[in-house]
Amino acid sequence: MTFNRNYFDIGRLDRLAYGRTWVHRLDPRSKVVATLLYLLTVVSLPKYEVAALTPFFLFPVLLAALAGIPARFILRKMLIVSPFAIVIGIANPLLDTRTAVVIAGTPLSGGLLSFFSILLKFALTVGTTLLLIATTSFPGVCHAFRRLGVPSLFVSQLMFLYRYLFVLMEEAMRIVRAREMRSFGARGAEIRVYVRLVGTLFLRTVDRAERIYDAMLSRGFQGDIPTLGRSRMAAADLLFVATTVGFLGLFRFVPVTEGIGRLAQGVLG
Amino acid sequence: MSHHIVEFKDVHFRYPDGTEALRGVNFRITHGESVGIVGANGAGKSTLLMHINGCLLPTAGTVTIGDFALTAKTRREVRKKVGVVFQNPDDQLFMPTVFDDVAFGPLNLGMDDAAVRERVDQALALVNGRQLKDKPPHHLSAGQKSSIAIAAVMAMGPDILAMDEPAASLDPRSRRLLIALLNTFNHSKIVASHDLDLILDVCQRCIVIGGGTVVADGPAREILTNAALLEANNLELPLTLQGRS
Amino acid sequence: MHMADALLSPAVGTTLWAGTAAITGFASHRLKKQIDDRTIPLMGVLGAFIFASQMINFTIPGTGSSGHLGGGMILAVLLGPHAAFLVMASVLTVQALFFADGGLLALGCNVWNLGVYPCYLVYPFLYKPLAGGGKSPGRVLTASVVSAAVALQLGAFSVVLETLLSGKSELPFEAFLLLMQPIHLVIGIVEGFVTAGVINYVRTARPEILASMAASRPLGRDVQLRKVLATFAVLAVVTGGVLSWFASTHPDGLEWSIQRVTGSDSLPEAGQGIVSVLKRFQEKTAVLPDYSFAPAGNEAQKAEESPAWPMVDGGTSAAGIVGAAVVLGMVLLVGLGIRSFRGRNS
Repeated sequence: MTFNRNYFDIGRLDRLAYGRTWVHRLDPRSKVVATLLYLLTVVSLPKYEVAALTPFFLFPVLLAALAGIPARFILRKMLIVSPFAIVIGIANPLLDTRTAVVIAGTPLSGGLLSFFSILLKFALTVGTTLLLIATTSFPGVCHAFRRLGVPSLFVSQLMFLYRYLFVLMEEAMRIVRAREMRSFGARGAEIRVYVRLVGTLFLRTVDRAERIYDAMLSRGFQGDIPTLGRSRMAAADLLFVATTVGFLGLFRFVPVTEGIGRLAQGVLG
Repeated sequence: MSHHIVEFKDVHFRYPDGTEALRGVNFRITHGESVGIVGANGAGKSTLLMHINGCLLPTAGTVTIGDFALTAKTRREVRKKVGVVFQNPDDQLFMPTVFDDVAFGPLNLGMDDAAVRERVDQALALVNGRQLKDKPPHHLSAGQKSSIAIAAVMAMGPDILAMDEPAASLDPRSRRLLIALLNTFNHSKIVASHDLDLILDVCQRCIVIGGGTVVADGPAREILTNAALLEANNLELPLTLQGRS
Repeated sequence: MHMADALLSPAVGTTLWAGTAAITGFASHRLKKQIDDRTIPLMGVLGAFIFASQMINFTIPGTGSSGHLGGGMILAVLLGPHAAFLVMASVLTVQALFFADGGLLALGCNVWNLGVYPCYLVYPFLYKPLAGGGKSPGRVLTASVVSAAVALQLGAFSVVLETLLSGKSELPFEAFLLLMQPIHLVIGIVEGFVTAGVINYVRTARPEILASMAASRPLGRDVQLRKVLATFAVLAVVTGGVLSWFASTHPDGLEWSIQRVTGSDSLPEAGQGIVSVLKRFQEKTAVLPDYSFAPAGNEAQKAEESPAWPMVDGGTSAAGIVGAAVVLGMVLLVGLGIRSFRGRNS
C-alpha cells in the first residue's frame, strides 16, 4: 500500500495560489476565460505544426514570471503528469516514416513532426493549466465558474470537494499509517486490506458529512448555498483578456515564427 | 417575556438504536449567565447541546429557548438565537474560504450584500481574525480555526453561544487566548467540556451530567472543588486546584 | 486513462464539452427538485473521499502494477445516477486543475468517459438488474465486477474514438484497441472487486447508512429508460452534426482516421466546400498566408505526390526551425528578465 506522491504537490500548488502579485489579483473569470481560449487555440494548430507552436510559450512563461511561480516546480509537476499523450504520441514516428521535410540534409519523417507537435502541445496545455491553478485560488475558480453560468449545485460540489480534500487526505494518511505500524511491513492480501481501509475512510466520511450538515443547519442552511455578489471585472481584467485574445489571434493566424526565422536567416546571411 | 433564556423541562432523548442518552434533564439558564456542562464520556453532554438548537428534538419533555418551545416548526427561529460551535472546527468550517464561511450564516438570514460584509467584518474583528479573511480553512492553525468557527457563529448575532469542547485540539497558548476571548463576550454561554480549568476560568455556574440526568448544579467554584462529587463522575479536581508541590 | 488535451482536436473537445455540460445541467436541475438537503454536503464530502481514497494504491495481484478505486460505479450505487454524475464531474474537474490530469479541454471527454457511462448507462441497465435489491453480497460482487468492467471498456473505447477522431495520433484503430481494451479489462475487474468489497463492508459494519442513503435519493426509480434513450439520441445527433462539419473542414482529421481504420487509400477531395471558403477568407484576412495553406501551385503538386501530407516545404521549415529557436530564446529571456527584475525589487 503506497501513497501516490502526486498528492503531496497539491498542497504546494494550493499555497502558491494565495500569492499577492498582479496576476493573482486578476479576476478569476478573466484568467479562466483566457486559459480556455489559449488551450483551444493551441490544440487547433494542425497535426504537423511544430514551429508555429513556439510563440505560445510566451503566455505560460509570462504568467509564471509575473506571478513569481517557481518554474522548476511547474516543470517537475509536468513530468509526473499522467503521460498518456506521450505514450500514444510516441507511436507516430514508428508508424509514419515517410519523409515530410528535409532540413539541412536531414530528412524528418511526418511521424516525428507530429510527435514533436504532440509533445509541445502537451507541455503548453499542461503547463498553462497548472499555472491557472497556481495563480488563482480554487475558491476563486469556483466563483468564476458560477458567474460564468455553471450550475450552482455543481459549483457547491467543487467547493466541498476542495474544502475536505485536504482534511480527508490527512485522514487517509492516518489510517494507512495506523495499519503500517501494526503490520510491520508485512505484505499480502492487499486488496482485502485496501477494501477495509477504504471502507473505514468511507464510514468516517459519512459521519463527517452528517456533522457538517448539522453545522450548516445551525447556521440557517435551507438547501441553497448562498453567495455574495462579487466585484465586477475591472479595466485591468478586460485588458488582460483582450491582450491575450490579440496575441492568440496573431500567433494562430500569422506565421510569426517563420517570419522571425527568415529575418534571422537574412541577418545571418 | 420570560427572564430565563434556556429551559429544559424533564427532557428525555432516545437514539434510534435504542440508547437512552437523556433521562429527564431539568435546568434553567438566565440572561448573561455562563454555564459549564461537565460529565464523564457518554454522560450525554453532546446530546444535550444538540438539543439547544434543535439538531435533535426531545423524545419527551420540553426545551424552551427564549419565547419558543423547541419543535420542528420553531427550530429555524431558535437557531437564530442560539449559536452552536461543535467540537471539530473542520466540520464547522465547511466553506472554502474564511470569508465565505463567516458570511454563510448572515446570507442565510437574508441580509443584503453590504450588511453581510459589515457583519463578517465585525465578527472577524471580534476574534482578531480580519487578516485571515481570504484564507482557506486548511491553511489555518488549530487555534485560528476555532476562533473562526466562533466568529462564524457570532456573525449570526445569537443571544446564546453554546460550545462543545472548544479547546480540545488547542495548544496551551491558543487555549489561553480562547479563554480570554470567551471572557470578553457578554452573551449567555454554555460550554460543555472535560477541560475543568477552562470551565473554572470561563463559567460562574456548573452543571454535572451523569447517566442522562443532572447530578449537580451550582456555582462553578463549589462544584469544581467537590472532589467526591467529581470523582463519582469520572472527573478530577481542576489542575489549578490540585495543589501539587 | 484520462484523455489528454494534447491529443485532442478542438472539434472533438468542444463537442464533448457541450455534451457533458448539457448532462451536468440536466443532473443539477433534476437533483435540485428532488434532493434531500442532507445530500448536498454528503455529495461534496464523498467527492473528497474518492479523491483521498485514490491517494492509496494497492498492488494488483500478479501484475505488479497498482490499482485504486475508480469512483463512478461506487458513487452511482451509493448516491444514484444524478448525484453520482455530479460528484464524478467535480472529482475530474479538480484532477484536471490540480494534476493537469487530462486537462481542461479534455475534461468534457473525461467526464463523458468516466462519468456518463457508469452513472447513466451501466448503473441503471446493468448494475441494478444484476444486483437486485443489493442484499446478497454475491450478487453485489457479480454486479460490481461486470458493471465496472463494462463501464471502463466503454470509457477506454471512447478514448480510442476520441483520439482517432482528433487525428493527432498515427496509431491504427485495431492496434489502439488492442492497447487499450485488455488493460482496462483488468483494471475494471479489479475496480469491481474493490467496489463490491467496500459496499459489502459498509453493509456489514453499518447497514443503516446504505438504507438512509437510498432513502434520501431522488424519488427512487432512478432514470427512465425512455428519457435516457431520448437524451442519448439528441446528443448523438448533435455529435454527428458537429463531427461531420468537422470532417468536411479538416482533411487530416476524421477522414484520415477513417482511412486508417478501413485501410482504403481513397481520400476525399480537400479544397472543396467549407475548406475553400475558409481558405479564401484566410487569404483575404491574413497578412501572411498561413503556411499550412501554401501557394496554390506548390500545394497542388505536393498533394498529388502524397495526398495525406501536410503542405510543408523544405524552405519554410528551415525558416521555421530557425524561427522556433529564436522565439524560444526570446521567451526564455523575457521570463528570466522579469524574474530578475522582480527579484531585485522584492
